[in-house]
Amino acid sequence: MDDIDRRIINTFQGGFPIVERPFAAAARILGLDEADLIARVKALSEAGTISRFGPMWHAEKMGGGLTLTAMKVPEDRFDEVAAIVNSFPEVAHNYAREHALNMWFVVATERPGRIREVLDEIEARTGLAVHDMPKIEEFFVGLRFEA
Amino acid sequence: MELSDRDLALVSAIGDGLPLVERPYLAIGEAVGMSEVEVIARIQAMKEAGIIRRFGIIVRHHELGFRANAMSVWDIPDDKVSEIGRRLGDSPEVTLCYRRPRRLPDWPYNLFCMVHGRDRPGVEQAITDLIQRHGLDGHGHAVLFSTRRFKQTGARYGRRKAAE
Repeated sequence: MDDIDRRIINTFQGGFPIVERPFAAAARILGLDEADLIARVKALSEAGTISRFGPMWHAEKMGGGLTLTAMKVPEDRFDEVAAIVNSFPEVAHNYAREHALNMWFVVATERPGRIREVLDEIEARTGLAVHDMPKIEEFFVGLRFEA
Repeated sequence: MELSDRDLALVSAIGDGLPLVERPYLAIGEAVGMSEVEVIARIQAMKEAGIIRRFGIIVRHHELGFRANAMSVWDIPDDKVSEIGRRLGDSPEVTLCYRRPRRLPDWPYNLFCMVHGRDRPGVEQAITDLIQRHGLDGHGHAVLFSTRRFKQTGARYGRRKAAE
């Protein structure tokens, strides 16, 4: 990754043009040409630095459900439980964390009512309690990263 | 904004990202049976309505060098949590900040901030700075570093309609 790649990442984590030739418009802002920008974005995607190039959704405005949940998983069952949890397409990400509640995952569904169903299914299949902690108030959603 | 079936088809088609070609909205339109003009107009409308929070590069922060991330949580009295949450949310160290319910007795915390950094000492220092600047000493507090990431796919939408 060179300085131009860093500028691409730092400039377009939002605000990507929605016009007929968006890479040409974006390239002009960076002083690149269109083909070079496309090639660089492809390379960054293939290297895994870019997860995807497109929308970050607002779950509630989309009419869907979204929550953060936590489980207390015995160490010797951790991989087995992680495999069950991750098998649900509604589980968007899942992290092990250092706490008695040691597995934390986000569930995103198209219908709000589906959240409870997913959590019930996970509880039934693992025999473990799932703590549901939906947001009550949102103070900041930045999640931008300087390259 | 109420999403129509046509919007949902588009939501599904762009959920994994744009094709990396000169005219990506034309390519998306061909896949879902819309003109390029319609694709552009619908994506613009979803962005203006806030359904799309932002449109562009979604990075894998770990691969970008942000190897450490901690969920920093506090137990703040209910009558103060909104004000403190707004202040923490305005802090440059914080990437996400929410109020969530306590789950007693396992979980006494109601204010959640994510702090990402290049390494663990950097994240610990950032959290120490936040505590000092915002006078948070004396409130119940925990820092949960992540030790393993099992999955990072992002939320997926639009498949309900597509499946019907």
